[in-house]
Amino acid sequence: MSQDYAGKAPAPRVPCDVAHKGAADGGLNRREFLAGAGLTAMSAIATTVAGAAPGFIESMLRRHFKELSPDEVQERLRLLEEEYSSRFGKKVTVAATPPMENVLFGYALDLSRCIGCRRCVYACVHENNQSRDPQIHWIRVLEMAKERGIDLEEADPYYDHDTVPQEDSFYMPVACQQCRNPPCTRVCPVQATWQEPDGIVVIDYDWCIGCRYCMAACPYGARHFNWGNPQIPAAGLNTDMHVLGNRPRVAGVVEKCTFCIQRVRKGRYPACVEICPVGARKFGNLLDENSELRYLMREKRVFVLKEDLNTQPKFYYFYAT
Amino acid sequence: MESTSLVVLLLVFAAIGFGVLVYAVTKGSHYKQGETLRVAHAPKDYPEIEWNVELLPGLEKPAKEGEAETFSVPSPPFSEDVFPCSDCHEDMDPNPERRVLEMAHEEIVLDHGPKSRWCFDCHNLEDRDKLRLVSGSLVDFKESYKLCGQCHGTIYRDWREGIHGRRRGYWNGHKSYLLCAHCHNPHKPRFKPLKPLAPPIRPSSQHFTEPSAEQTSKSEGGHS
Ligand code: SF4
Ligand code: SF4
Repeated sequence: MSQDYAGKAPAPRVPCDVAHKGAADGGLNRREFLAGAGLTAMSAIATTVAGAAPGFIESMLRRHFKELSPDEVQERLRLLEEEYSSRFGKKVTVAATPPMENVLFGYALDLSRCIGCRRCVYACVHENNQSRDPQIHWIRVLEMAKERGIDLEEADPYYDHDTVPQEDSFYMPVACQQCRNPPCTRVCPVQATWQEPDGIVVIDYDWCIGCRYCMAACPYGARHFNWGNPQIPAAGLNTDMHVLGNRPRVAGVVEKCTFCIQRVRKGRYPACVEICPVGARKFGNLLDENSELRYLMREKRVFVLKEDLNTQPKFYYFYAT
Repeated sequence: MESTSLVVLLLVFAAIGFGVLVYAVTKGSHYKQGETLRVAHAPKDYPEIEWNVELLPGLEKPAKEGEAETFSVPSPPFSEDVFPCSDCHEDMDPNPERRVLEMAHEEIVLDHGPKSRWCFDCHNLEDRDKLRLVSGSLVDFKESYKLCGQCHGTIYRDWREGIHGRRRGYWNGHKSYLLCAHCHNPHKPRFKPLKPLAPPIRPSSQHFTEPSAEQTSKSEGGHS
């Protein structure tokens, strides 16, 4: 896109020359000059825009996702489907499935079971179309010494053993904690990220300006920036997409876990829940007294990460034994 | 005299500065071209793992409004051609004696609880196609959880509530669960350690591709 900006930059310079000449002649008054300047500038912009990438104008004039009318949302989804289908050469569906009534999503992870195998990390990459290279992982599994307990300073996300679990270690996967009181949404200068009624913190990738304030605000390192152009092989693309979730991102925007919004709003369990070989991951509706989550909150030892920050996560850690 | 030492001093400084510069450019740069250790692993590197988890038949759709949730379970994980047990055992005289098995099932190493444990604590002597509870009542292999639950009561309760073990399908509807024996070998129930998938690559060895003109024009969404 740099060529577009380069093309536009010289435009205002032209009128300066004109003005100088005009003043010397004395034949050109201010109004004429301004009209001429305006025209020149406009034609310069028009030329630039006409030569711009298709869709560039739309992308510059687009409005915030929450301000779109239902028809406009449909139109946007159709455009995205077209774009992705042609880019990846396979049929893609992009939905905007709305939140369900009386649902507040919650998640729980059993620290007494997790063995640190990282199946969840890669299932998430696959499900949510994370960039393969540069590599983006929404889930990070921390290895910590049993002896020290939860000590984030000493935690190692880069462990690489022949087998896990290691005798003296325990494992703590961390991704977005889906806070009820999220610091990330509050610092966004353009409101490109917000909490949905079902509790999922989402990002409008079309609106994000890439300032990374939210990354600085998040105490869990849950947000990831696309420093480069994300690479996803067509063969590995998940074609079932949500507009606020796993649709392919572009360089310069922030992304993070959405509890698999494209799945959970249709009733499915998140991908990491289903892949975990030890069944350490639990998911459900916090407002439903009979849900798995409410049961474990009544019966087990439960805690949230960095409780003292008052972020009020909807992601709980528990010990089944 | 003074000016000579000044020149020497300057030369020394210049040499040090140059050295630092060379080091920064070669060693200090984050990403080394052609660095072999740097492999960004992706799901496709693990073809043995089923990333698109298949659901059991009947689970493809969420439950309809008011429809009761169903819980399905895959059939018990028998070794190939071993069930029904009566196929072989029918014509044999049951032998309740404790012994080292030699004719069949030699591969089974019993490592489950106290040494005194023995086949007929769980299997049924007369009808081999059933399991036997302590109470003497017989249960199907499909209901083996009742047998396990006799000793592992708290885990049985957690499993029933969906806290222990794996579930697949719909958090608000039809789902499938697994029997204890799907994950734990009943004869040797301790969960086997696994090889972890590759660690993330360190930020220092990430490498980034500039958006190409072609990709940019195709991706109309955003601020590349
Ligand atoms: S897949 Fe399950 S056991 Fe493996 S690291 Fe993730 S949460 Fe832990
Ligand atoms: S974990 Fe981070 S990204 Fe997720 S809601 Fe909390 S502050 Fe925001």
